[in-house]
Amino acid sequence: MISPQVLNEWYPVGMIAQVGPWPGRLTGLLGAPVVIFTTGQGAIVVQSARGVPLAVTLAYGHVWACPGTPAHALFALPEATQPGRRLVDCGVVRVKCSPLRAVENFLDIAHFPFVHTDILGAEPHTEVNRYEVQIREEVDEVWATKVHFYQPQAAKSAAGGIVTDYMYRVAAPTAAVLYKTCPNRTDEWDVIGIFVQPLTEELCDVYPYMALFDDVTPLAELIHFQQMIFLQDRSILENQIPRLLPLDPGMEIPTQADLTSVAYRRWLKRRGLTYGAQRVAA
Amino acid sequence: MILHDYVLSASCYKVRLLAALLGVRLELVAVDFHPGRAHKSVVFRALNPAGSLPVLVDGDLVLTESTAMLVYLAQMAGPDWLGATDATSAARVQHWLAFSARLNGSLGLARLHDMLHFAADIDSARAAGHQCLREIEAHLSEARFAGRIFLEGDRPTIADIACFPNIALAPDGGVELNDYPSLRLWQRAIRSLPRFIEMPGIHRLHELAPAPERGTTA
Repeated sequence: MISPQVLNEWYPVGMIAQVGPWPGRLTGLLGAPVVIFTTGQGAIVVQSARGVPLAVTLAYGHVWACPGTPAHALFALPEATQPGRRLVDCGVVRVKCSPLRAVENFLDIAHFPFVHTDILGAEPHTEVNRYEVQIREEVDEVWATKVHFYQPQAAKSAAGGIVTDYMYRVAAPTAAVLYKTCPNRTDEWDVIGIFVQPLTEELCDVYPYMALFDDVTPLAELIHFQQMIFLQDRSILENQIPRLLPLDPGMEIPTQADLTSVAYRRWLKRRGLTYGAQRVAA
Repeated sequence: MILHDYVLSASCYKVRLLAALLGVRLELVAVDFHPGRAHKSVVFRALNPAGSLPVLVDGDLVLTESTAMLVYLAQMAGPDWLGATDATSAARVQHWLAFSARLNGSLGLARLHDMLHFAADIDSARAAGHQCLREIEAHLSEARFAGRIFLEGDRPTIADIACFPNIALAPDGGVELNDYPSLRLWQRAIRSLPRFIEMPGIHRLHELAPAPERGTTA
């Protein structure tokens, strides 16, 4: 039995560009099959196996569905429509892991030198300096700010090593966005996100998302860069144990570098968003 | 020399890897294989009617089979990598080049299914993958008993490079390698080669870094 708190949230179920007419595309959400198709009038419908339509929001290139009664509107991402940004569709990657673990990995900085060696990090520059984490009650989101990290190749457009500034944001239970130093524009942030579709508690489809200031790099190179980064994470994610994300301390010992993860777990627990999480203390 | 490339492709990585080991510089052209399916476009099919990756272009020469690219690179920059010292060894290397296509059709397909939503009969793809792994494991075990580590002869050849990527990436397709100890050691030997390069899913040998200091009670 899935709790109303889980059912009443928004989840990505596909890319708008890839939805076709009936019979459309069969996929899954929270362990149940759903089908996505366009009507003759061009509307996008997401419906359950019994033919019941789900609440739908179209935003940021993706189809978002709520299997229950939406507790609130989908999170805002103003940068998605900001003039001058390039929206990069990086496709979808399936990962055999808890959807919550996929989000948590995205929030982690400490693994950069070891998993994304010579790209997002490099030894001996492994220290994660103190940064700030808060749960912003007014928007009900987790934010990490004042993150600084040395990166050999922070973006496709970066010419050499730079200290990158980051902000991280958990915008929905299975969607996170980061803001990082834009190598081309000192007054703007590059925006990168992952939208995670929870197929089951241990299987998800991950849609990387990018809204960048970069008019020069060919689109395919931007996609390759982001897929390279995410696929370096995939083999790690598929081997994490326990499979479900523990929300209570005991099984895993966080360090200071894990403040964002600690806040994310606390936020999930407080809101009863336990799909993909261990529901009892280990 | 231009390689039309996809960063997650095992076949593209074969060519990048051998070029790196040989010190040959490739100019990489990124092709939007996923999600754009640019390799199936009219423009790309003008270059390669098969609509497959990788494609290697050197002057007037256009190669569309990765094993042919390995032969070309080795013949040009490192003939020892051909492993062909007599009729028998030449034929055996050819065997593994052809065998690598079976790996791609089984383990490679399972990986594309599990990772990028490709349509496949996943159970039969994995079963065919295990069959291939059993064959090559048996061969490598025999080689180890004879004091060798690579597929043919006493040194790495294009046979190893052709087979390595889809085997190393097998876990991406839900095929675990725990039952194949000789394959694990063979992979380690390849990853230890000077100028080895990694790809997503194939990590560099962090374990070759200096061992941590031991405590006095150890």
